This record gives sequence, structure tokens and C-alpha cells, in this order.
Amino acid sequence: MDLENQQRIKDLTDKYGKDDLVVVLGGGEAEACGLAAETVSTGDPTFAGPLAGVPLGLKAYHMFELKDEVDAAVYEEQVSMMEMVLDKDAIIKEVQEYRG
Amino acid sequence: MTFPVLKGSAYTLVHTPDILVHEGKLQEEEMRNNPDSDYLKAIPDHLRSFDDVVGYGPNQAYIGNIHPRDLKDIEQPWYEHPVENASAEGKFGSILDEESFYGCMKAVDMFDLVVLESDYQAKVAKKLNDDPVIGKYWVTLDKLTENPASVEDIQKLIDEKDAKPLYLDGKLVGCVKRAHEFDAALTSDVMFENLVSKASAAYGLAELFAKNELVPEDVDYLIECSEEGCGDMFQRGGGNYAKAIGEICGCVNATGSDTRSFCAGPSHSMVEAAALVQAGVYSNVVVLAGGSSAKLGMNGKDHVKKDQPLLEDCLGTFAIHVAENDGKSPVIRTDIVGKHKIGSGAAPQAIMQAIVSDPLEKVGMTIKDVDVFSAEMQNPEITVPAGAGDIPSANYKMIAALGIMKKVFEKSQLNQVVEDIGMPGFVPTQGHIPSGVPFLGHAKEMIENGDIHRTMIIGKGSLFLGRLTNLFDGISFIVEANDGKTEDETVDKDTIRQMIAESMKQFAASLK
Repeated sequence: MDLENQQRIKDLTDKYGKDDLVVVLGGGEAEACGLAAETVSTGDPTFAGPLAGVPLGLKAYHMFELKDEVDAAVYEEQVSMMEMVLDKDAIIKEVQEYRG
Repeated sequence: MTFPVLKGSAYTLVHTPDILVHEGKLQEEEMRNNPDSDYLKAIPDHLRSFDDVVGYGPNQAYIGNIHPRDLKDIEQPWYEHPVENASAEGKFGSILDEESFYGCMKAVDMFDLVVLESDYQAKVAKKLNDDPVIGKYWVTLDKLTENPASVEDIQKLIDEKDAKPLYLDGKLVGCVKRAHEFDAALTSDVMFENLVSKASAAYGLAELFAKNELVPEDVDYLIECSEEGCGDMFQRGGGNYAKAIGEICGCVNATGSDTRSFCAGPSHSMVEAAALVQAGVYSNVVVLAGGSSAKLGMNGKDHVKKDQPLLEDCLGTFAIHVAENDGKSPVIRTDIVGKHKIGSGAAPQAIMQAIVSDPLEKVGMTIKDVDVFSAEMQNPEITVPAGAGDIPSANYKMIAALGIMKKVFEKSQLNQVVEDIGMPGFVPTQGHIPSGVPFLGHAKEMIENGDIHRTMIIGKGSLFLGRLTNLFDGISFIVEANDGKTEDETVDKDTIRQMIAESMKQFAASLK
């Protein structure tokens, strides 16, 4: 995960606390999404960024998992095409793994 | 309406393993922050030889010796299955070695910033003067007779004056000095990148002349579209690479300017070039760009982790000639330009609608009317191990999915459509280099051979990298077979007068 984004998520967690925060991912690749989910939960596994060794314990969800939470028309307009394109099941499986 | 044509193109690579090690930004950062890292130790065992680079399928596709679709017949990983009888000389260009390239950097340096060791300089001067392309088209090779230095002097410049070293097989052969004592826009770091970009682009331009009918004196305008910036601290990024590059090849009648939009730059430049020619402002416009040293080894850590060679070891360059309609070469349809508007939105769906569907629908076409698409043609062997996926394949799937949503295709056809409209990625991850235009050489051949009628070239750019906007960027244009008509079927003045008179007469009659 981008080092700046790690810092932004760390700052937001410091400000709002982990209980009121979830991370929504929009990545297109399972491994990369898993890496992002891991970074915000148990810490940066590459030990490169501000979240290295910092287990924020945040829960990450991919946008595909939140279909029922958003306006169906907006989802259709913004996300439905990518549902056809990406390996949705693999992405969700990977992200779920880091939610314990 | 008569359209401008895609008259010619050239594609070259420069194999630069030592620049990867010392000047690739990722490696540089690692050396600064973690000099004893396992990654740095593993690099030497993961570098490729020049022969490996020449034999690599995607590189052979880039310089035109095989078609990108031929890669489907080569077993993966491609780096373990070299192309038989591969050559550094290609139909569209060639592959240059690092030994020659440092000489190129000195030959394009107008401010005595590149210093080379005496024996090496003499050797590379001869090599470049004898080179059938650079020796013929570069007019500044006399720079290679100036200010040679000893290794001791070079080392002193590195130690005391912050010069950047030039290594060849790990041996110090030169350096690039800073261009100013304290100007942050003219450090040795910046000058190194800019001279790399300029020298490689000038090499690509020379190949354009060598492989096509165009002569340097006939070029009217050059549009440079890399992702670099040159200027001093008062106008960082002021330009102008285009003229600086044209000067090296003796384009004495040309002027030029630089166009920037990250990876979408080349496609914007092609649209601009086509417009300038169609408007009659210029007859011969060249769109060109050199390579990026910063991006060498950009995904190296992942490649080493997966124990594969460091495949990002080449600078890429291209030069494309846009000319007036000759009745033969494929035309650039300036009436079908797709643009991602400021108000288009950043969702992939909105982007593809704006740059793929909208322009086609405007002229009554659908995705089905385009035979082949070329978007971001990054080599998947570079991007997949780094977690970025197969980018060309993802683009083709998006285009096919858009076609399904538009009811042009059935959902069950998705994989077949991807197969039909696409090709494997074959281009090094050099930012602007893989962005749509590397297919133009192959596309011209396919169109002229009658294999395809029409292609869409798509450039996409991640503007957020500049931290000025979160907007996305994308632009597309169509290249198709020439119908042979070179004259506008326009109406002469007398006919217009007659038509107006007739209308006036009818109008007067209606008033009675």
C-alpha cells in the first residue's frame, strides 16, 4: 500500500478511533487487495511505510462486498462493469481473510 | 473531409542494467535507506545480458520482428523461452547496448555535463560514428572528441561535486555533473534523467529517419511527450525537449514543443499532430519520446522475490510521423476522438464510456466496428508478479464488458471478444511508452495488408501522481484504412453563390 495512504489511514484512526472506521477497497487484483487489508489490520508486511509494525486492527471491505449498502443505481453506474471484468470471488476471499 | 495519415514509426530499446542498479529510483532509495538490504545483494544475480534482452519475445515484438500476437505461441515465462534467431535489428527499430548509450548521452550534452574516461570515450566515439543509424543522422557526434578525463578526475567529481556515476559492467567510465551549484531543478540527478530522456529520444528519431522515407529537413514540427521536466528553479518543467532532440538529428526546419499528461501524453500528442496537419499548419509532424531512467527496476523487489530476472532493464523510445494524406497510408480519423472530460467521473465504467463508446456512437459506430484496440500495453510478466495484474487484458475485458452492457455482445462472448480485439502486452513499464502508441507500427502493417480495417488507440493517465488533481485522464483516436481520396470534395464558390441565390429566390417566392 502507498506510503502516503498508510499515513492518512493512521492519522484518521488516531483522530476517530478504530471502532468508527472501516476501510473500503476498490483494487482490481486479489493479492494487492489482500495486502492492503493486511496493512490496515495487522500492519505493513513490507515494513516500508508508517504502518510497519503498527496493527491498527481496522476491518477492510472490498466495494464488491458492499453492493447492498449503496444505492443500486449508483452501483450499476459505477461498479457493475467491473464486476464482469474482475475476479470478484478471489478478491472477496482474500480481503475477508484479514477480517478474522 | 480528407484526414492526415500515419506515415511511419520507429520503436527502439536501450538495455541499461547499470543505470537500473544505480539510477533506478527504487534502487537509489534502497541504497540510501537500507544499503545492506537483501534486495540490493540479490540484484547482480537477477540482471539480464544484452543477448537475453534481445531474445526476449516482448522486446522482439516492440522492435517489430514478431507481432505481439505471436507471443501467444511462446511458452511462458517468456524470459525462459527466447525467440529463435532474434536480432537487435528490427523492422521498426533496434536495441542499443549500454556501452553505446553513455556515448549518446555525451553526444547530446550541450553543457559539458557528461564526462567520460578517455579510453572509453575514444572507443565509443568510433562505435557511434560507425553506427549506420546514429553515425548517419546525429550531427553532434563531435562532442565525443571533447574533454575526456581520467578515472581519478571522474571519482573526484563524484566525491566532491555531487556528480552521478556512469558504470559499465560495474566499472566506472564516466559521470554526469550537476548544472548548477544550488538550483534544485538542475541537480546531477535531474540532469541525468533529462539527458537519458533526450539521448534515447534522439536515437528513436534517428531510427525513424533510417526506417522511413522522411528526411530530417522535411520535419516541420516535433511534439515530445515523455513524463520528464526540464527547466531551472524559476521555471521547472519549462521545456523544450522537442527542439533539443530535433537539433541532434539536424531537423533544421522544424520547431516543436512538449505535451504532458502522464501516460496519456502520447495519445494527446497524436491528436494534436493530426489536427496540425489536417488544418494545414504543418505538413510533417513527429510525435516522439525517450525513456525514463527513474522507472528502471521499478518493480524489482517483487521480481527478485519471485526469483525472476529484473525485466525493467530497458529504456523505451518511439517516434511517429504524421503527414498529409498520401492516399495510401492509414488515416487518423480526427472526427472520432474520445476524451475523458473533466466532468466524466473517475469510475472505470465512466472512463471507458467517455473514451471508447462516446466517440464511436457519435458517428454511428459500436465497439464491433473496431477490429483491434490498443490501450495500456504493459508486459504482464513485469506487472503480474508486482500485484498490478495483466493490464492489457484488464482493459480488453473492460471494453468487452462495456460492449455487453451496450448489448453489442452477449455476456457469454466476453472471453472471445477479449481474444478478438486484443493482444498480449509487450511493452516495458516506462510510463508513457506502453500507452497505446506502441501498436501503431504493427497497426499500419496490418491495415495496409488488409488484415484489419480499423484500430482504436487509447491513452490513459493517472493525474493524481502530480498531487494537483484527483481527476483521471484518457484520450482515444481511430486509425483506419485509407480510402484513396486525398482531395476534399468541397463545393466551389460559384456553386455556393448559385445555391444562395436559389434559396433567396425560394424565400422571396414564399413571401408573396
